Amino acid sequence: MRAFVVAVFAFLYLPIALVVLFSFNAGHHASEFTGFSVQWYGKALSNPFLVEALKNSLFIATTSALLAAFCGTAAALGLQRVGARTRALFDALLGAAIVVPGVVIGISTLVALVQLFAVVNPFLASVWPTDQPPRLSLGYGSIIAAHGLFSMALVTMIVGTRLASLDRNLVEASSDLYATPLTTFHSIVLPQIMPAVIAGFLLAFTFSFDDFIIAFFVAGAQTTLPIYVFASIRRGVTPEINAIATIVLAASVLLVLLAQWQLGRRKPSP
Amino acid sequence: MSETGHKPDQDNATGGRKSAGSQPAFPMRRSLFRKNLATALLLAPAALWLVVFLVLPFVAIAIFSVGERAPEGGYQAALTFAQYANLPARATAFWNTMVLAPVGALACLLVAYPVAYYLALRAPQRWRLILLAMIVIPFWTSLLMRTYAWMYILGGRGIPALLAYVGIEDLRLINTPGAVLLGIVYGYLPLMILPIYVSLERLDRRLLEASADLGATPLSTFLGVTLRLSLPGVMTGFSLVMILLLGEYLIPTLLGGGKVFFIGNALVDLFLQSRNWPFGSAIAITLVLVSVVVLIVANRISTRLSGARRVDLI
Repeated sequence: MRAFVVAVFAFLYLPIALVVLFSFNAGHHASEFTGFSVQWYGKALSNPFLVEALKNSLFIATTSALLAAFCGTAAALGLQRVGARTRALFDALLGAAIVVPGVVIGISTLVALVQLFAVVNPFLASVWPTDQPPRLSLGYGSIIAAHGLFSMALVTMIVGTRLASLDRNLVEASSDLYATPLTTFHSIVLPQIMPAVIAGFLLAFTFSFDDFIIAFFVAGAQTTLPIYVFASIRRGVTPEINAIATIVLAASVLLVLLAQWQLGRRKPSP
Repeated sequence: MSETGHKPDQDNATGGRKSAGSQPAFPMRRSLFRKNLATALLLAPAALWLVVFLVLPFVAIAIFSVGERAPEGGYQAALTFAQYANLPARATAFWNTMVLAPVGALACLLVAYPVAYYLALRAPQRWRLILLAMIVIPFWTSLLMRTYAWMYILGGRGIPALLAYVGIEDLRLINTPGAVLLGIVYGYLPLMILPIYVSLERLDRRLLEASADLGATPLSTFLGVTLRLSLPGVMTGFSLVMILLLGEYLIPTLLGGGKVFFIGNALVDLFLQSRNWPFGSAIAITLVLVSVVVLIVANRISTRLSGARRVDLI
């Protein structure tokens, strides 16, 4: 069994090792290793399209994860205070947001937004005082909203689970001791749910940063990193892509370690 | 939202606050109103998001799916079930998906179970968390890049080139159902391992000892105790992977090379290339219905297996 487990780990890490290896390739193709070089890192970071795609992805992932963390936490708190029926309705919708395949989320958002813009844009044009009315179109906003839908549902569930196991005696004790609801929230509830909020934020960030299929439909003229990578796989990959992927891998492993360390440090204090 | 939230709030204010008897009685009405307002404000952003970006889009494709394709592509209003009647035109995509999704989930399970078993019951304690983290880390790198690496490994310069050295020529690995299956196992393995690990880790080890003490062979202990008690985790993992596979697009595109395509590929084609939105919408609605059926069946099975005990992944 041990040999099998070792083989599975090798299987999991072989492709990652190859991606990293080819990022140091001296040759022009990501298919033949001809010598060691770090030139592709320089080339990747000076390719304006690639850097633009990376920046877009970082911006979209950060914004949608932040929005999801705020709205999802608020929703999880709100759901503690409503009746069984409202709760069931919300749970069903949140479950749907998680379960419905990304490809369906992508196309349905595309269809709905295109229809919406077809109504709103002429209306804006007719009421706008100047000649250049604002035109709504697909782009950052639609990607952030579509990613945020899944992420918010995820955060709501994670934080909701944490809230369910929260020690209610502490909350009652706090209000018995004449703390205002806000003080109680700030000093009792928030510290206890914070790990869940952070975990939700990180999951949301990774999801958005890695998502291809939803963004593919609703990106409009914008390019995210996965869309850029997908397009370059079609054209033939240069080690540039491997270099960016390696940078992203290193950064995310670093982030995970940092998060682990933070969470580990926080645990002992009550 | 706030109306429905009204009643339990009242219950809370009287029932839940028994210990807080010092609450003055007269600001009750006002504080009740404020509580409901706060509840509504907390839920409003999520509710708005769910309505605008989940419910409305779903209604939109439902309407589209009974419409007609406009001559220049896109949508033309109609009320017809012609799109649904036309579903057999994409039978291959449905067939591939409906075969490779359960087969892929099963293959994933067969690889994942021993790993989860080892991690939960056999691995040395101090290694456990590190190994678990190593299962999750691949998730933090782009699936696109990792699948691309498989394109290289399975492609002409990868394994086939190595095999040519030992005399096996003209082996075709990429763009076959086998390659797609391998990509599926690779991509979804962590998702399968984690729920099984969780259910095995919770297992009461004294049961294993009891079973051995009562003369059961290791195999019958495994089948009667370990496997049985981990079935909820197995079901969670299986249905999770299966549901996600139903909407898969990248793996069949990159490793199936247009020869092995899923419903996801049909949808991308219909929406972005041939611009037959009504037909695409009908396929999307069908896909969602299939997912719902799979979820319900999986839920039924796991409830029965575990004797009404449910295990959620999140």
